[in-house]
Amino acid sequence: MNENAHQLWLIPALPLAGALINGVVGQMRDRAAHAAAHGHGHGHGHSHSHSHSQGHDHGGHDSHAKPDPLVSMVSIGSVLLAFLWVSKTLIALGDLNTAYVERYFTWIASGSLNVGFDLAIDRLSAVMLLVVTGIGTLIHIYATGYMSHEKGYYRFFCYLNLFMFFMLILVLGANYLLLFIGWEGVGLCSYLLIGFYFLKKSAGDAGKKAFIVNRVGDFGFALAMLLIFIHFGSLDFGAVLPKASGVDTGILTAIGLLLLVGACGKSAQVPLYVWLPDAMEGPTPVSALIHAATMVTAGVYMVARSFPIYEGAPMAREAVALIGLATAVMAATIGLAQNDIKKVFAYSTVSQLGFMFLGLGVGAYGAGIYHVVTHAFFKALLFLGAGSVIHALGGEQDIRNMGGLRTKIPWTFATLFIAAFAIAGFPGLSGYYSKHEILLAAHHHAHWMYWVGTITAGITSFYVFRCIFLTFFGEYRGKAHPHESPAVMLIPLILLAGLSIAGGFLGIPHWLEPFFPKMAEGHDAMAGNITTLVGLGGIVLAYLFYVVSPGIPEGIANSLRGLYNLIDNKYYVDEAYDSAIVHPLEHGSRIVLWRGVDAGFIDGIVNGMGGVSRSIGGALRTLQSGNIRSYANWVVLGAVIFLVMLGAAGGAR
Amino acid sequence: MPPLPIPEHPPVAWYLILSAILFGLGVAGFLFRRNIITVFMSIELMLNAVNLSFIAFSYQLKQVSGHIFTFFVMVVAAAEAAVGLAIILTIYKNKSTLEVDEINSLNN
Amino acid sequence: MILNTILFLPLLGFLMLLFMHQRIARQFALWFSLGIFVSSLSLIWPVLANPGDMSFVTNTIWVAYPEIRFHIGLDGLSLWLVILTTLLTPLAILVSWKYIRDRVTLYYGYLLLLEFGLIGVFVSLDMFLFYVFWEVCLVPMYFLIGIWGHDRRIYAAVKFFLYTMAGSVLMLAAIIWLYLKTGTFDYFAILNQIRSGQVAISPLEQTLMFLAFFFSFAIKVPLFPLHTWLPDAHVEAPTAGSVMLASVMLKMGTYGLVRFCLPLFPEAARANANWIAGLAIVGIIYGALVAMVQPNMKKLVAYSSVSHLGFVVLGIFSFNQQGLDGAVYQMLNHGISTGALFMLVGYLYERQHSLEIKDYGGVATPAPILTTIFVITTLASIGLPTLNNFIGEYLVLQGAAQANFGWAVGAAVGVILSACYMLWMVQRTFYGETPDSVAHHVTDIGKREFIAIAPLLVLMVWMGMYSQSFLPAVSASNAKILEQTKVQATRSVPAEVANAR
Repeated sequence: MNENAHQLWLIPALPLAGALINGVVGQMRDRAAHAAAHGHGHGHGHSHSHSHSQGHDHGGHDSHAKPDPLVSMVSIGSVLLAFLWVSKTLIALGDLNTAYVERYFTWIASGSLNVGFDLAIDRLSAVMLLVVTGIGTLIHIYATGYMSHEKGYYRFFCYLNLFMFFMLILVLGANYLLLFIGWEGVGLCSYLLIGFYFLKKSAGDAGKKAFIVNRVGDFGFALAMLLIFIHFGSLDFGAVLPKASGVDTGILTAIGLLLLVGACGKSAQVPLYVWLPDAMEGPTPVSALIHAATMVTAGVYMVARSFPIYEGAPMAREAVALIGLATAVMAATIGLAQNDIKKVFAYSTVSQLGFMFLGLGVGAYGAGIYHVVTHAFFKALLFLGAGSVIHALGGEQDIRNMGGLRTKIPWTFATLFIAAFAIAGFPGLSGYYSKHEILLAAHHHAHWMYWVGTITAGITSFYVFRCIFLTFFGEYRGKAHPHESPAVMLIPLILLAGLSIAGGFLGIPHWLEPFFPKMAEGHDAMAGNITTLVGLGGIVLAYLFYVVSPGIPEGIANSLRGLYNLIDNKYYVDEAYDSAIVHPLEHGSRIVLWRGVDAGFIDGIVNGMGGVSRSIGGALRTLQSGNIRSYANWVVLGAVIFLVMLGAAGGAR
Repeated sequence: MPPLPIPEHPPVAWYLILSAILFGLGVAGFLFRRNIITVFMSIELMLNAVNLSFIAFSYQLKQVSGHIFTFFVMVVAAAEAAVGLAIILTIYKNKSTLEVDEINSLNN
Repeated sequence: MILNTILFLPLLGFLMLLFMHQRIARQFALWFSLGIFVSSLSLIWPVLANPGDMSFVTNTIWVAYPEIRFHIGLDGLSLWLVILTTLLTPLAILVSWKYIRDRVTLYYGYLLLLEFGLIGVFVSLDMFLFYVFWEVCLVPMYFLIGIWGHDRRIYAAVKFFLYTMAGSVLMLAAIIWLYLKTGTFDYFAILNQIRSGQVAISPLEQTLMFLAFFFSFAIKVPLFPLHTWLPDAHVEAPTAGSVMLASVMLKMGTYGLVRFCLPLFPEAARANANWIAGLAIVGIIYGALVAMVQPNMKKLVAYSSVSHLGFVVLGIFSFNQQGLDGAVYQMLNHGISTGALFMLVGYLYERQHSLEIKDYGGVATPAPILTTIFVITTLASIGLPTLNNFIGEYLVLQGAAQANFGWAVGAAVGVILSACYMLWMVQRTFYGETPDSVAHHVTDIGKREFIAIAPLLVLMVWMGMYSQSFLPAVSASNAKILEQTKVQATRSVPAEVANAR
């Protein structure tokens, strides 16, 4: 076969080129535009300092800023081309029963370690590729509308394209280290995009928090890679994974658990989920693309990719399921009490990711990935819809200040409504199928997991619809004048709504079936029905609480004050981390290590030694009178003493 | 007056005694004179006293190394004299005195 | 001959600068050092052709008795360090362009003298010659800190000098001891005598000599807890001094460990590897934690150096190919990224005249390009894949994991912490609202400043994306060094014990 016939490198290279063009050319054009708008006299350095205005989500509105058409074209075009290239390649590659690998150059070689810059496509990455580039294209289109009034337009799209590059490397990488490049790279872009409104301290804090919490996860991932190389002698998927069954269970468990730590960081699982809600400081398209549809599912992808390791390590797999379930429950309950529209969806993302992990952990890898895909459809839609709402209200994000918007922004309402039904698992919509597969697999694995999962699914549909009803039904409670978003934002919404409806019929489970180990058959029809009913029950309950008689939730919150406060404060997890880890580390470093050990102890010894030699020198200094005669006397005295001693020693002879 | 009974080859002790006397004079001058030039000359005197004993031993032992040492000492002494006199000149220019007791800028 | 020329050109430049007029001094120094850099590039290809052995060897008698030889040569290990030195010297001159105003000729002269000493250290193959160059480096750096430094420069310079002297005295003692044992100062002659068993060195003697060398190098690295001269020296030094100190001078210590400590005393090195690796790991974490709470940028970067150099030492004492390759690669990486960080901090200082982080904030608004470059450098420094440090850190971790998985766990904690302190500094310095004091003083990066930093940025990406340009040469040299430590180890162990393992 022709070597590297399909030019896979083009897929990530296109967005990278887009990022570079946007970063360099876009920036120069931006400066030129600014200089023109400000006339003469203002140097480059000061051209930005005039405007410090900022809204909530819309950080730096700039009256002069007009979206640079070149930037829009390049960014959308590069991702679209990547999508087309993916489609073309997949069509050409056909059934992909074995992975298709292209090798480019040696990246790191040292002794027996040899890591190549190799890209590969198999059935799993094919699904991910389509999701990433497809949804990515839609969100890029949407973002050109959403970000059109923002300062730093080129910067935004530079980061966003860079993100696409790293995400595609993550998916295409043929070894763990290359996956790790993408893994860290998307983390970086997430950091940059969360902190996009860098004038706001909270945005900077959130970005930093995301990066550092992810680093904790990467710590586990990196250690897992070290173990993999030690025990397998390679990092290539093609070399490692087929050999996994022959390796000791203890080692596989260790690797599996360490990989799980990494996945917990990136995919916001307990106990490392804390960064994702804060990540909503970023612009909404970022939340949709990175913090809902693609990057946060990287952990799921990585665990699914490493399934032979987990198959050999039941304990690690159980841990995946438990963490997933715990995350799903915890995030869903927190979601009940959130009032920021984006935070609601953020916790729902965490919760859905928990479902995916549950699926992986109970052995339904295909279902987990399936849920990744459908979730990408409806969650991207939820976020983009939320963005459209925020856009319509000029930056308002609190659902208590919304209401009755269904007539004012009908398109947004309709698409969001579909997404909400999809996530609630309404029969026939995409979320229904994937979630059911996961829950049925859980039922097969352990009944209690199924029940907990089902109740959580009910809670999910309740709080998502709570948010929808509060936003779109009842009376309008805000002050801004809502206006429907432009077509460039609505078209992606409509396309995504279509996908959310049709996602169940794309045949993804069928496509993935040969890739993963077979699940034992025997689905319980009863369990499936219960899940459906509980999901619908959540919707009905939300309707009762928030449309029919809005007094009920208040009453419940009052009667369960303690529980409500616990949930309202997100179980005090951030506070606990702060007082248990962050503060002791910071104060310990400052007081004990720096002032104590460094300046006190070590330098104390050093300066002490200096002090001792100084005082000895000080004593001897009095001898140095500067008077030659006294020196001469000392010399003579010394000579006499020397002679006497010589005489005493030699004279005896 | 009959000539002093100087032997044709005086014993080495005579030279050594002379050397010791010269050296002692040098030390005394070094210790007790106040003028810096005199002090300096005293040092030269001591050096030459040592040279004398070198030569005496060299002659006595029929070895050349004593001569070589003497040459070294003379060369060094010449260099020292050059540097030393330069320093003395500078001191005189700055302080207008050559009294050693008044020159103590190396104090502390 | 080329190597000789490149070694002595900086000395010539130094001497010429002494007699040169102020006005043309910096022009001359820049072009002269650029010329040295360009000609040093010609060293690359011959060495790459045969990186395991010495190229460009000159071996003549320098002092007849005791026999000290002028024996120099270049292999894959020293090649990149020499290139790093010749590259950074013109850049250091460029960053001092406006900042240095008094005693200009002397300043640039010292920079060239420093270059002379550093190249000499990396090419010397005679122990005494090595010692001489080692001390030659000390003098210009002492003056660079002591004359052109900030307020507490005398304290810092003296501290720097005394610390290093304390170590090098021990090294001199060990060198003389080796001479008494073997009758030569020539490195290869000594190595052959020891390896062939011609000279018997008792384990105790070996341990003592190893420790003498080790302490001398460890102070220079600097390894925890011998590091406290470094923050002071960095904070007080002028920008170029910090750059040269961090980028190249610290590598003298790690280079010495690889070149001399391991092959000459392999048993002692292995026997002491545990506590040394322990200190390295403590240094990695300790340096990171202390860096996190520094209010002063230069101190922060200095402590981060302690952390990074801990990785290098850990890799060296892992005794395997990955660890050693990673360590040497990390030496180069650290030279580039930390050098760049010090340059950037220097740029900020020239604008705002402060090194305290609290005097900044919101720099990104008036200086977007400077910010971008700073962030890229920071990311390189915290080991983001596709940038250079990642490869070094990964290889060190891999090597350490093979030696002892616990080491890798400890060291990996440092990777987390590095993200904390660097991003925190970036956030407090560059993000947020711009106070007036910053808006009035801070301008974006200038053309000269950009030219000075651009080569380093290119190298960060190049070394991160295509390590094959650099790593094979290093690997070949390291393989040879590892073999030297291994052969020795098996020789000393009785055959049946070795088989029983």
